[in-house]
Amino acid sequence: MQLRRLCAMAAACTPSFALAESPYTFQTPQSPIASHINDLHTWIMLIIVVVFVVVFGLMFYSIFKHRRSVGHQARHFHENTAVEVAWTIIPALILAVMAFPAARLVLAQKNTTNADITIKATGYQWLWGYDYMDYGFGYKSRLATPRAQIENYKDGAPPKSPLYLLEVDEPLVVPVGKRVRILTTANDVIHSWYVPALGVKQDAIPGFIRDTWFTAEHIGTYRGQCTELCGRDHGYMPIVVKVVSDADFKTWVTAQQAKAKAAQDDPNKKWTKDELLARGKQVFESNCAACHKVDGKGGGPFPALAGSKIATGPKEGHIHIVLTGKNAMPSWAGLSDVEVASVITYERNSFGNHTGDFVLPAEVKAARK
Amino acid sequence: MTTTTDALNPAHPIDHGHGADHGHGGHDAHDHHHAPAGWRRWVYATNHKDIGTMYLWFAFSMFLLGGTFALGIRAELFSPGMQFWQPEFFNQLTTLHGVIMVFGAIMPAFTGLMNWMIPLMIGAPDMAFARMNNWSFWLLPPAAMLLIISLFVPGGGPGAGWTFYPPLSVQLGAGMDFGIFAIHLMGLSSIMGSINIVTTILNMRAPGMTLLKMPMFAWTSLVTAYLLIAVAPVLAGAVTMLLTDRHFGTHFFNAAGGGDPILFQHVFWFFGHPEVYIMALPAFGVVSQILPTFSRKPLFGYVSMVYAVCAIAILSFMVWGHHMFAVGFPATAQLFYMFMTMLIAVPTGVKVFNWISTMWQGSMTFETPMLFAIGFLCLFTIGGMSGLVLSLAPVDIQLHGTYYVVAHFHYVLVAGALFSLFGATYYWLPKWTGNMYSERMGKLHFWWSMIAFNITFFPMHFLGLAGMPRRIPDYALQFTTFNEVASVGAFLFGFAQILFLYNVIHTIRGGVGPSPQRPWDGATTLEWDVACPAPHHTWTEPPSLALVREGLIAQGLEESTHVEELK
Ligand code: HEC
Ligand code: HEM
Ligand SMILES: [Cu+2]
Ligand SMILES: [Cu+2]
Repeated sequence: MQLRRLCAMAAACTPSFALAESPYTFQTPQSPIASHINDLHTWIMLIIVVVFVVVFGLMFYSIFKHRRSVGHQARHFHENTAVEVAWTIIPALILAVMAFPAARLVLAQKNTTNADITIKATGYQWLWGYDYMDYGFGYKSRLATPRAQIENYKDGAPPKSPLYLLEVDEPLVVPVGKRVRILTTANDVIHSWYVPALGVKQDAIPGFIRDTWFTAEHIGTYRGQCTELCGRDHGYMPIVVKVVSDADFKTWVTAQQAKAKAAQDDPNKKWTKDELLARGKQVFESNCAACHKVDGKGGGPFPALAGSKIATGPKEGHIHIVLTGKNAMPSWAGLSDVEVASVITYERNSFGNHTGDFVLPAEVKAARK
Repeated sequence: MTTTTDALNPAHPIDHGHGADHGHGGHDAHDHHHAPAGWRRWVYATNHKDIGTMYLWFAFSMFLLGGTFALGIRAELFSPGMQFWQPEFFNQLTTLHGVIMVFGAIMPAFTGLMNWMIPLMIGAPDMAFARMNNWSFWLLPPAAMLLIISLFVPGGGPGAGWTFYPPLSVQLGAGMDFGIFAIHLMGLSSIMGSINIVTTILNMRAPGMTLLKMPMFAWTSLVTAYLLIAVAPVLAGAVTMLLTDRHFGTHFFNAAGGGDPILFQHVFWFFGHPEVYIMALPAFGVVSQILPTFSRKPLFGYVSMVYAVCAIAILSFMVWGHHMFAVGFPATAQLFYMFMTMLIAVPTGVKVFNWISTMWQGSMTFETPMLFAIGFLCLFTIGGMSGLVLSLAPVDIQLHGTYYVVAHFHYVLVAGALFSLFGATYYWLPKWTGNMYSERMGKLHFWWSMIAFNITFFPMHFLGLAGMPRRIPDYALQFTTFNEVASVGAFLFGFAQILFLYNVIHTIRGGVGPSPQRPWDGATTLEWDVACPAPHHTWTEPPSLALVREGLIAQGLEESTHVEELK
């Protein structure tokens, strides 16, 4: 009993441990794979330290003893086959020995079968989307650190929160002790899904699906970041994994499912322009503002929608580009008819655009054909 | 004959008769008698020494520019939060820093060294294709201009990292096109330069100098040139596909059109891994010249060194996947690349052991070139060891894309390539300028660089282990201390290079006095048999067999006969 309480206490403390890690090595491993990686690293470091001491020892012995200033005379040998063969074979053997545990670990990392739950992680510029494939809901996970803390160009920025850049609005939630399979893909450019404490890193590649897995051993919150350069806000798309008990996970899933249901658009609903505009604003801010900016002014390679020929021209062209994409503009065919219709309506009647018209879900449906 | 006939009179009109024997259009060379004065000397340059000099100055100015960008990066990273730059501009700084250091500084610097030294070391009058040599150099300044201008076009410079991965590189603005064209030009220049080096080394060696008796620097140059000929077109192909994806509607790298973004990474790293050896092998060559000189002992294991270089070159075509362990290969591919990468550590280890055996039982002195060579040996070994850590695919999964990788490749590139270049400069500066550099300033430069380098890059290992991604302009608070240390180190390192510049200019202006023809008593290769400074034309008649043999015997590559011993 006492032991179990102790364990529970230790588990409850892990999140705070996570900040008080040793700064000189890996974060404390929280999954079997991460522990194995840690062990492998320790082994190779041991070998390296031994080789290092021998090599540098010999070199510095020579540097101090075999110098002219101590009167050392050069000896003119320049070959020794036995020695040369030895120092080719011995390192090769050491490496062959290292190759075994490494290969076993590669196979374990690559074995993504028998997952208890499967979650799709989609990289967007610059946030992550998580879809719980087995439970039929999904959501986006964005950096929660306020811009004001980030931008120090002028004096007077507010102090940085302790989890600066490693905090999100909605973390990924997984149950403890279960095999979690992560499918990665991306919507625009390559991103990479990396959580050091869990020992996972997997690139997220647009148009392709890759996978990886982990089993979190302790309840706690583990943090990582995108590790593939993905443009302007590459440094601002953290990954937060909240590991909870099985029971908590079930409660959370039920709540999420109910929320998803409530948010679903009723296909038979008659939409008014104002409703479309309100919905469109939401859709715009969660999907489009990353590139076109909240005020529709764009920037860099991303064109302004304010006053844009397409956003103020015929509806067909506007629907077309949103559904099919163009160059760096991704296709948004994955959004629902209502979402596409509302965001287009919003774009045509905001940022100073006044087309006055509005696009109905039925028109989007027709355009998809 | 021990020195060239016109050694003391650089303006002495001579012809390139020797070159004609080797079929390089000897007749054209007749109208080129002595160095034209003023700007014509440089713009129309066909003399390998003038071209080498231009390469070296170009590379050094690119090094200062790329270094300035690096300081821009480190200034921003001194503390968390955005202080100086917008994130877009930060990405452009890292990209241009990488591209300029690799293609603008390190590679041209080695080409410059090869231009200057290969003909002198193998007893050739010039490079095989003197006019092509001019062209290969003069493609570089326009390439550099393109890179600099790219910063000022709408959308700014290329910001996709020196690896230019699509789709990001397809998404970016016109600056990317400038980057692509710059790479095309630099690739052309490298290919022409390499053809020249291969031809010169294969056809224009002094009598008696068979391939297995060449100085090690000639060997590594030869292998490097072959590597470049093999992979520069591959890079050109990759960036051309990017260009057509960007502008002409192709879909090589776009999944929506049936392409694959990972294809680019394969093609890029098929170039990219040999590329790291293109920057490392000439450094091996330089160190293999300097260590024997100052140990007063022949290079240990010459033949195994040659085999190791060739083995490294061949293996380097088979390990590119280790840069892509995180893209999600099937297990078999992951294993293949891991085993091959571990294998390549063996010949690299052989080289390190050979160098230490060269020093073993020598009679060492520690002039600046020797210090840089030893510095190279220490730091390159550390870089090689962190490379071994990264070769283990499961461990690389943790470290890929983090600062550990930044630490690793700066140990092999800055401490490897750059330190060997400093060593080479001090080693041959007396031959180039005729004057001796200030040993005190040189030693100060070494120790300052050595210490500052480690302050900058050693903490980056810890940052990477703790999980700090690379290419980010801002970071979480637990990374602050090591980033501060690294930034301070970077500025210290930067200032040390001003000292180097000052020392070189001081030497050109007279230094601490004229240098003897052979300033290093342990130096045995042919370049030390020409006058000091090396006259405009050297080895217009090939060195005599006796002279060549004398050097080879001292290098332990030939046995001396009884008669010679009596002399
Ligand atoms: C990854 C960045 C990105 C995101 C996210 C994005 N866009 Fe775009 N968008 C672009 C780019 C780049 C273009 C310019 C395409 C071109 O012409 O080559 C563009 C063009 C457009 C245009 C045409 C503007 C013009 O005048 O050319 C419209 C309309 C548009 N996007 C709507 C949207 C909507 C609606 C969303 C959200 C559902 C969205 N975009 C999300 C990058 C993005
Ligand atoms: C003054 C010395 C140098 C300093 C302080 C320095 C600093 C840095 C830093 C901080 C980065 C990481 C940027 C990031 O990932 O965010 C970087 C990247 C890089 N550096 Fe250096 N560097 C120096 C010299 C060199 C040299 C001599 C080379 C020679 C080849 C070089 C090649 C590179 C390359 C290839 C990259 C990768 C760029 C990319 O991520 O696309 N650096 N450097
Ligand atoms: Cu990213
Ligand atoms: Cu490589």
